[in-house]
Amino acid sequence: MATASDFPPRAQAAMAAVASRPASHQRLGEAFWTGLAGLFTLLALIPLLLVIGYVLYRGASRLDFEAFVSLPPMPLAEGGGFANALVGTVVMVAIGAAVSVPFGILAAIYLSEFSSGAVARWIRFATNVLSGVPSILMGVFIYGIFVVTTRSFSAIAGGFALAVLMLPILVRTTDESLQIVPVSLRWAALGMGASKLQTVVRVVLPAALPAIATGITLAVARAAGETAPLIFTALFSQYWARGLWEPTASLSVLIYNFAAVPYAGQRSLAWAASLILVLTVLLASILARWVTRK
Amino acid sequence: MVLSPGETDFPEIPPRPPVSLWLDRSFVWATRLFAFGVVGVLVYIAIVVGLDAQPAMERYGLAFLTTSAWNPVNDTYGALPMIYGTLVSSLIALLLAVPIGVGTAVFLSENFLPPTPRLVLNFMVELLAAIPSVVYGLWGIYVLIPFLKPIGAWLHSHWGWIPLFSTQYLGPGLFPAGIILTVMILPLITAISRDSLVSLPPTLRQAALGLGATRWTAIFRVLIPAAFSGIVGGTMLALGRAMGETMAVTMVIGNSNVLSPSLLAPANTIASLLANQFAEARDLQISALMYAGLVLFGLTLIVNVLAEWIVSRVKYY
Repeated sequence: MATASDFPPRAQAAMAAVASRPASHQRLGEAFWTGLAGLFTLLALIPLLLVIGYVLYRGASRLDFEAFVSLPPMPLAEGGGFANALVGTVVMVAIGAAVSVPFGILAAIYLSEFSSGAVARWIRFATNVLSGVPSILMGVFIYGIFVVTTRSFSAIAGGFALAVLMLPILVRTTDESLQIVPVSLRWAALGMGASKLQTVVRVVLPAALPAIATGITLAVARAAGETAPLIFTALFSQYWARGLWEPTASLSVLIYNFAAVPYAGQRSLAWAASLILVLTVLLASILARWVTRK
Repeated sequence: MVLSPGETDFPEIPPRPPVSLWLDRSFVWATRLFAFGVVGVLVYIAIVVGLDAQPAMERYGLAFLTTSAWNPVNDTYGALPMIYGTLVSSLIALLLAVPIGVGTAVFLSENFLPPTPRLVLNFMVELLAAIPSVVYGLWGIYVLIPFLKPIGAWLHSHWGWIPLFSTQYLGPGLFPAGIILTVMILPLITAISRDSLVSLPPTLRQAALGLGATRWTAIFRVLIPAAFSGIVGGTMLALGRAMGETMAVTMVIGNSNVLSPSLLAPANTIASLLANQFAEARDLQISALMYAGLVLFGLTLIVNVLAEWIVSRVKYY
């Protein structure tokens, strides 16, 4: 390896000048800012570890078989479970997905396949604005059109509120995954005489399927953890709902209702339900990461 | 190869069967319908909330925004304390989250760490955004509020003459709500700032370093200014998110409808007010709540439209 003395004197002088350029206070400054940025990163991640750790610590002990098969305990009772809330969450997320997935995918197909220019830009803009509307207002909206007219809180209303919440997420992720599909695939399909419908359904959608599935997974996980759109659309119930038009329990509203009660039995159940929700979103996020990396 | 008409000897292409043509057209129309449906949902939300707020708007007018009474018994409603709480809790969150978020974004976009740990840390920041709001709230009640007690007590005993710290730390209040919001909007600010830093042309950095700038001089004087609009856009989006965030805030803010300048006193936000009162509300109270919801809708709409506008301009960099 060449050392400094191998070079001509003028080059040596230049190298010395460059090497001595960062004065010691400057180097100290560099180290200070690097340290501060590292500290901020640490500070940003500490809450994640604390939340997950504490939820595990409080929730794991109560996550037994009984929790999955029995109804929530009455105030002073011990034990019990969140079976009805678990089923309620699954049912309402399913209703939400059944409404929003076809809606969102068709809208995204229009954006990426059949539109261009100003129209697509405005619809994408509206989609982004819709995803910024506070989730509690989705609840207010569904309250205004469902609960007021049917005069009852219900799983249907809750499911539709979740659908409004999921819609912009689905449109955006599907739109993005369709745009990644190479345009040559479409040309090849159309060149072979396929119609627009055939091109989209048989060629473009299958090619984008993993990315679309990821988007659906993330939207479902997000909806499963949402509380605000449900508290006054689906409300809550201590018992099994007898149908879709009855007030329905959900895990997230159970956590909210049982969070600050003075009864230990209900509080520990809130932690167990939190653990389920946290595990669900963690699993969905890791799965999504894994699929998109491949 | 370019073919001009007449040069081809392709067989005549048969016309498409009408059924296929019809299917194609209706498919395109169906997708168009749903795409405009997304816009329709946004408009419909505004209409429903606006119409249901009408009775309260007629009765209270603009005084609703500047008075502070919330009494369902004699139907007097004013949303000033909640508007104050919404704005102040969001501002606390921004003040804390912007430096931390931008610092994290710089740290994760530069090569301070090898690529793999950087990828892991980026993923962890994303996870921070995935934790449900209600879980943050539960954690806030049992971990954050007790943890902040000595800090709140210190603020009151040393800086109590400032109106912001003029009351005892009782637990729930604007202070813990602001901290929870900080945690919740951090990933958004970090992600968007990082994206705009990473997408800067590498020549910018090379030029700065070539002129003899140190790494951090390049970051402060060249890279952050160049990514500034992206960072501002991300901050605006985060502001919108913070103003509308409901569950975590509701659980730690104390839900007091009395206006107090102190950050240590219980307060309320518009979103928390809706979460608390909607399920049991009657008649005019529903309308008053819808009016408050409309105010929140307007606030977040302005912030989001501005943010989207800024962020969409960044993409054409």
